[in-house]
Amino acid sequence: MIEFEVIQLVAIKVIFAFLMVGAVMTMAGYSVLAERKVSAWMQGRVGPNRTVLPLVGHIPIIGPLLKGLGMFQPLADGLKFLFKEEIVPGHVNKFYYYLAPIVALVPALTTMTVLPFGEFTNSDGDILPLILADLDIGILFVLAVSSLGVYGIVLAGWSSNSKYSFLGGIRSSAQMISYELAMGLSLLPVFLWVSEPGAAVSSLSLVEIVRSQNASSWLLIIQPISALIFLIALFAETNRLPFDMPESETDLVGGFHTEYGSFKFGIFFVAEYAHIVIGSAIFALLFLGGWNFLPWIDNPWPSNWLGSLIGIIWFLTKTIGLIFFFIWVRWTLPRFRYDQVMTLGWTKLLPLALANLIFYVLLVTWIDQSNLNLP
Amino acid sequence: MPKTVVLARKPLSFSERTYLPQIATGLKTTLSNMFKPNVTLQYPEEKPSIPQNYRGVPTLVKDPNGREKCVSCQLCEFVCPPKAIRITPGSVPEDDDSREHVEKAPEEFEINMLRCIYCGYCQEVCPEEAIFLQDEYSTSGYSREEMINNKEKLYELGGTVPDPHYKWDKKKNAEDEGNSH
Repeated sequence: MIEFEVIQLVAIKVIFAFLMVGAVMTMAGYSVLAERKVSAWMQGRVGPNRTVLPLVGHIPIIGPLLKGLGMFQPLADGLKFLFKEEIVPGHVNKFYYYLAPIVALVPALTTMTVLPFGEFTNSDGDILPLILADLDIGILFVLAVSSLGVYGIVLAGWSSNSKYSFLGGIRSSAQMISYELAMGLSLLPVFLWVSEPGAAVSSLSLVEIVRSQNASSWLLIIQPISALIFLIALFAETNRLPFDMPESETDLVGGFHTEYGSFKFGIFFVAEYAHIVIGSAIFALLFLGGWNFLPWIDNPWPSNWLGSLIGIIWFLTKTIGLIFFFIWVRWTLPRFRYDQVMTLGWTKLLPLALANLIFYVLLVTWIDQSNLNLP
Repeated sequence: MPKTVVLARKPLSFSERTYLPQIATGLKTTLSNMFKPNVTLQYPEEKPSIPQNYRGVPTLVKDPNGREKCVSCQLCEFVCPPKAIRITPGSVPEDDDSREHVEKAPEEFEINMLRCIYCGYCQEVCPEEAIFLQDEYSTSGYSREEMINNKEKLYELGGTVPDPHYKWDKKKNAEDEGNSH
């Protein structure tokens, strides 16, 4: 007989999980809209402004405003993917062809389990992080699982049995492997800094790293090079321009998803944007202080539920700002050539990340030594 | 023969080789573009302003007195390269006071817009300045019959244009004063 508390706990976790998935998927959907709108504005166009739900369009001021901003477009796009004819080309490997979109989406959604988004002080005065699973190895989990996303792309490229998809898959795997190293190495100094001897925390948890930035400097200011390398690697990992090798439309038609249509393509699409949302959130947590206010300034909001809510909104604001940055870069920079991507990854970013790591190792050691030598 | 001058290319500075300042400049450009007014039109609701001598759909026009200008001379029908124009000539009744001295008018005037090539020869050849290619450029229909503009449609599209000559008024005055030719 399972105890009632256990059922209650599991039920609460399940509800939270659904809420979190809903939130991230909604953000992914609206990132697509943001992509279209921002690109339109940057190119002097208007962007989607026709879709509207019945009745809503007749509400004065709000209705036309929502319509003009294309707020109902993601709904229409999603329904379009859902109701399109499902075409499976005859030359594909059916099993892996169906498996690939799932493999692409699952890691993107799994990483959100260790993603904290706020803090909450309960009645006993304990500060609890708002997170699905507070793992001690948070960032390690994120890096491990998010790099599984490449399997979806490789499987899609391979099973499609088409040269364009295949090239996209190959490029993607090569790119992911190249940038994973630099990404991991860029994060080491961050955790070295936070977990130095004498510091209150010593953990790979994302919650702890955010707490360490409370009322002190953001890590972006302390470690700008790490942040830069992480950001560039993030662009490469999420397959965003200027690193969108796997689906470079100009030379590979659609890249790995050339042979995909309808909802399977929709899943790839959502997975890509979910990666961006999660990636932005992680960057905000690591380098921009998460839900903490501004560098060196204590959170001005109270430590009750209202404060938690403001903290969450503040964190979301940072995340959305970063998503905007992703879109902004996409519509500014042209795509790298494949060999340039490899050169940048292996001969520039990797040595730079190593040098950065060595520098911070020496610095942290020096600070520790001078602290220990103090009488 | 011009002599080839080879310009020495300046070596890139360190900041230029990182590309980061250039990326920042690019980002600034795109951001400033975001706040500029849109250059596109919301097409079916907003239409571009058409220049004066645009060659749109051929139309029949009336003179400022509201009279039909075409005298069905059939020159346009004759000159039309794709044979898009078909005129059924008719005569103006003698007792029509408003159109004295005009003997003929088209009974039916059809321009097949599926054949028309918008060359403007009809406008050029017309001795009465009765046919003009105006600013209408978007024609559509569900059937071939719908795409044939009849006389009524042509006058509806054409409207009235200012007439610098008033040919028939002059002719009437000349006869009234007794020096007709």
